[in-house]
Amino acid sequence: MQTPATFGYERATSVAHALGLLESLGEEARLVAGGHSLLPMMKLRIARPEHLIDINDLADELGYVRIEGDELRIGAMTRHADLLSSALAGEHYRILHDAERVIADPVVRNRGTIGGSIGQADPSEDLSAVFSATKAHIVVTSSSGDRLVPAREMHLGPYETACGPAEMITEIRIPIRPGGGSSYQKVERRAGDWSVAAAGACIWLDGDTISDVGIGLTSVGAAHFCAVEAENALMGQPATEENFAAAGALAAQHCSPNTDQRGPADYKRHLAGELTTRALRIAVARSRGEEA
Amino acid sequence: MQVTLTVNGEQMSADVEPRVLLVHFIRDHLGLTGTHWGCDTSNCGACVVSMDGVPVKSCTVLAAMADGRTIETVEGMETADGLHPIQKGFMECHGLQCGFCTPGMMITSKWLLENNSQPSEHDIREAISGQLCRCTGYDNIVKSIQWAAEHPTEGTYPESAGEPAGVQAESAESVNS
Repeated sequence: MQTPATFGYERATSVAHALGLLESLGEEARLVAGGHSLLPMMKLRIARPEHLIDINDLADELGYVRIEGDELRIGAMTRHADLLSSALAGEHYRILHDAERVIADPVVRNRGTIGGSIGQADPSEDLSAVFSATKAHIVVTSSSGDRLVPAREMHLGPYETACGPAEMITEIRIPIRPGGGSSYQKVERRAGDWSVAAAGACIWLDGDTISDVGIGLTSVGAAHFCAVEAENALMGQPATEENFAAAGALAAQHCSPNTDQRGPADYKRHLAGELTTRALRIAVARSRGEEA
Repeated sequence: MQVTLTVNGEQMSADVEPRVLLVHFIRDHLGLTGTHWGCDTSNCGACVVSMDGVPVKSCTVLAAMADGRTIETVEGMETADGLHPIQKGFMECHGLQCGFCTPGMMITSKWLLENNSQPSEHDIREAISGQLCRCTGYDNIVKSIQWAAEHPTEGTYPESAGEPAGVQAESAESVNS
């Protein structure tokens, strides 16, 4: 029987209330949203917060997917299931639906939240690669206001983010530009598992020339969950199979996967390359309105 | 702390530590052992209950987090009119062998049919993809859910069975044939 160590429980009724509790309870307090990352770690005693601040009552305040200006904005308390069922999200970024479809299982997705996934900062987390590929910004809120953290600067290391002790993730903002296409490709051992490796791509074309591209990688030790060398090699180049394959090779070369129970490092490196190539191919087809 | 839930339409309350998981609260403090406790790692789905109308894995929810919310467990599926169509489907189509995964499977499939009254086989398999049947009886679980979708109003005891506890193998077979 797995039971967390003892802790104090508080329930926040607003963002301001949650921030006030974080300030008064100190650095050993943690927010809990869906709890599907934090509670398993607490059950294994890998995490032992002194206080939990339950923010599920903020689901109305922070649970939304909407357009504001030229950005897609996702509230931090949006459940995975709600992002997956959001037509708006799928209309602008197919990568969001591709990824959500393979995150855990439907019952877990009913509970887990987008903000919680980012805050957990698991090195195999799917949305971290997605938000890296989409070049999103994370809104981090404290009692002194909001600050915007680029998704590529959010993760300082495994289970460590730029979100400070008295701060909370409140929103994800993804820039919207017309004419793009996106895709997420994942290989897992069984349905609902963490990935062996996964790659996401967002691409914009000017005719046949790549005018902008973002590539996200997860589970393969890619710095900031992205493949900058592959992106740089593609910029201004024609969208061809040869260039997608070359970008895949660069992505594979510059990541640093570990051998673990999900597979040997060289297999994961192979996947990083192949999945990058596939994600680019599908993203380009989608940007051209082709079914993919 | 005092935790009060509405469980199967009835308000229930107990004084527990904040670290008590919902699955143990339901089983050990409320005495409702229909909800099963399996892997403890949110993988197997034996502990699935409905919280505010949505299935969740109760080994990964604190009882404290469920305070004030509405829970439905397998014990709440049967009504004065008889079994829920999902329950009847599992009887008609031999949807259970050892029965350990069954309560969670039924709670999730009830939710599926509430949101999609005519699911495809793919929809059904996707909906229960987070739940494990170690007897590997998935085909009959899928058939049971399909049966319920085809018989949405047949929430009664099998005609040939008489009492709900007295269902016999041959009567189930005769319905199938």
